[in-house]
Amino acid sequence: MPEMTYLEAIRQALWDEMKRDERVFLIGEDIGRYGGAFGLTHGMLDEFGPERVRETPISEPTIVGAALGAALVGMRPVAEMMFMDFTLLTLDQLGNQAAKVRFMFGGKATAPMVIRMPGGSGTGAAAQHSQSLESLLMHIPGLKVVNPSTPYDAKGLMLSSIRDPNPVCFIEHKLLYKTKGEVPEGDYTVPIGVSEVKRQGRDLTIVANNVMVVRTLKVAEKLAGEGIEVEVIDPRTMRPMDTETIIESVCKTGRLLVIHEACQTGGWAGEVIAAITGSRAFDYLDAPARRLAGKDIPIPYNRALERAAVPQEEDIEREIRAIASGQY
Amino acid sequence: MQEAKSKKIEPRTTKGDYIARARRLNLSDEQLVEFFSTMCTIRQFELMADKLYAMGKVHGTMHLSAGQEAVAVGTFRAVRVDDYVLNHHRGHGHFIAKGADINRMMAEFLGKDTGYCRGRGGSMHIADVEANNLGANGIVGGGIPQSVGVGLALQMKKLDQICVVLFGDGAANEGVFHESLNMAALWSLPVLFICENNKYGMSMDVEHATAKLPIAQRAEAYGMPWAYVDGNDVLEVYETMIEATRHVRSGRGPVLVEAVTYRYFGHSKSDRNLYRTKDEIEDWKKHRDPILRFKGHLLHAGIFDEAKAAEIDAEALNVIEKAVEFAEASPEPDLSTLTEFVYA
Ligand SMILES: Cc1ncc(C[n+]2csc(CCOP(=O)(O)OP(=O)(O)O)c2C)c(N)n1
Ligand SMILES: [Mg+2]
Repeated sequence: MPEMTYLEAIRQALWDEMKRDERVFLIGEDIGRYGGAFGLTHGMLDEFGPERVRETPISEPTIVGAALGAALVGMRPVAEMMFMDFTLLTLDQLGNQAAKVRFMFGGKATAPMVIRMPGGSGTGAAAQHSQSLESLLMHIPGLKVVNPSTPYDAKGLMLSSIRDPNPVCFIEHKLLYKTKGEVPEGDYTVPIGVSEVKRQGRDLTIVANNVMVVRTLKVAEKLAGEGIEVEVIDPRTMRPMDTETIIESVCKTGRLLVIHEACQTGGWAGEVIAAITGSRAFDYLDAPARRLAGKDIPIPYNRALERAAVPQEEDIEREIRAIASGQY
Repeated sequence: MQEAKSKKIEPRTTKGDYIARARRLNLSDEQLVEFFSTMCTIRQFELMADKLYAMGKVHGTMHLSAGQEAVAVGTFRAVRVDDYVLNHHRGHGHFIAKGADINRMMAEFLGKDTGYCRGRGGSMHIADVEANNLGANGIVGGGIPQSVGVGLALQMKKLDQICVVLFGDGAANEGVFHESLNMAALWSLPVLFICENNKYGMSMDVEHATAKLPIAQRAEAYGMPWAYVDGNDVLEVYETMIEATRHVRSGRGPVLVEAVTYRYFGHSKSDRNLYRTKDEIEDWKKHRDPILRFKGHLLHAGIFDEAKAAEIDAEALNVIEKAVEFAEASPEPDLSTLTEFVYA
């Protein structure tokens, strides 16, 4: 299987799907010659032309609104928010319109559209270019929220997202763009709404998303040498979320830790913990269900502050040791 | 039917003897030399920022305004020091022209505790609220609607300050631009809208992003006076802004000025300049550089000589180097303060 980066895997999915389905087109800012702020759509203008690699003025609400309009009449737009933070400019079209149109019209309308949004901190881009807003988006019925952590999942989930008949928020993490992994050539999908056990373990279940999956797996390998066996679950899809896999795991391990970069208050860790404590897994819990999340602050510019604002490997390690030794 | 209020404000004297024009504006030799020296300071700041970035000393991104110095100086010499300013992401020059402390700017750029924002904001969020500088903005167009509120408050408090809001050609295509122009005009608010048209919004040529040019003419839709000026001619910018601020300050409502200029560096660190040619950049640098042009006029009029001009530029560099020393010697923010400043 060829190796490619997370960024290349997403590009590959867009590329293949545009070849396969002429209804698919890209719409967003600087996605042509510039290739987008991270170079993800680089080369696509030359291949598909300006009609299908549709560069817009700086007008985010209308990018999302136009994607919705096109979707309603049979196209399959993939819109790009240059940074996830700019999604906040589009909340009317996304939250009041795209998310609700099918329901309001009694199931008569469909809005098959994808909005790509690179999120996350770690690049020094500061408060307005570093947010993790998945919990906010998950709260709006009608939106699907997808959030891959590996190149394999990124390609497979992008193909599923484009083919899905609903608005899908496709969240990418900037720090993952250069990470590499095996990605099959050709067509395959990763289903929306199915989580994956990324590592088996008997002592503690950790649920983490995007870059936190990578950090947690590293720590898990290290602690395995000391006899602490962590099970790592990546939900991959935040909404709909496959909680059954998590319940199964907690029934086995008896311990739960949820890790995300997004701010703690109102974060999706609370959702997972509620799902677990409200399920049959409750009887198996040997310790309080815990969460490790971003601080409740905007992301700071200064490098050390920025690092300290979100869980790092050392924080994850400390938390696992605390749970393993019963000191919480 | 209501009478159309809209008109294009033209600089009163356009051609002719450049320095005679300055005299008519009551500018002294010292003031003209100060225009030059502040433009040099801005240029040196931006060149240094680029250098520091290349040396790996900057964590994060930045947007440099080299080439656009005349807009900054021409504007901020025409407004009062107590006027409010709302800025955009490419704001170093505006802040320097408004009189910001270069040391604290540089410290913020390097994320230090002595910076204007205690290292929280960085290049894209420099602000000096005490000096009525309400900050740069990472969201394109983000400051524009706030100018309506600042103008509204000034009007309600019956103060004679105005609000200056700066944004790019790209930002003029955000919906809030239109909403704000309409509301400011509707209520005759004291807001000076300045669109700094540097020809590109990131990689997007203004011609490809804007259905009808000039951008300033959109003011007509809101019954607002407008001007379209050579943003690389500091005197023309100054003269236009003097006239525009007079209008705004007198309570007759907002004005929209579009200043045409050009950015020399890439949009930000991710820019590979694939959307424009080297020749185009060189052409602007050689033939339309705001500092060289203005220097030429001052030399021609005998206001200073080459040696003096070089000395001023060297002093500007000196100021910037001192600022780097200050910033590098400054402490990092204390980690124990991580969660401060979120709420008042
Ligand atoms: C709402 C929003 N959309 C997009 C961006 C990304 N971005 C930052 S600056 C910029 C170009 C802005 O162009 P313009 O307004 O002309 O200002 P310039 O950079 O040319 O000074 C873009 C697209 C952003 N920061 N905020
Ligand atoms: Mg511009």
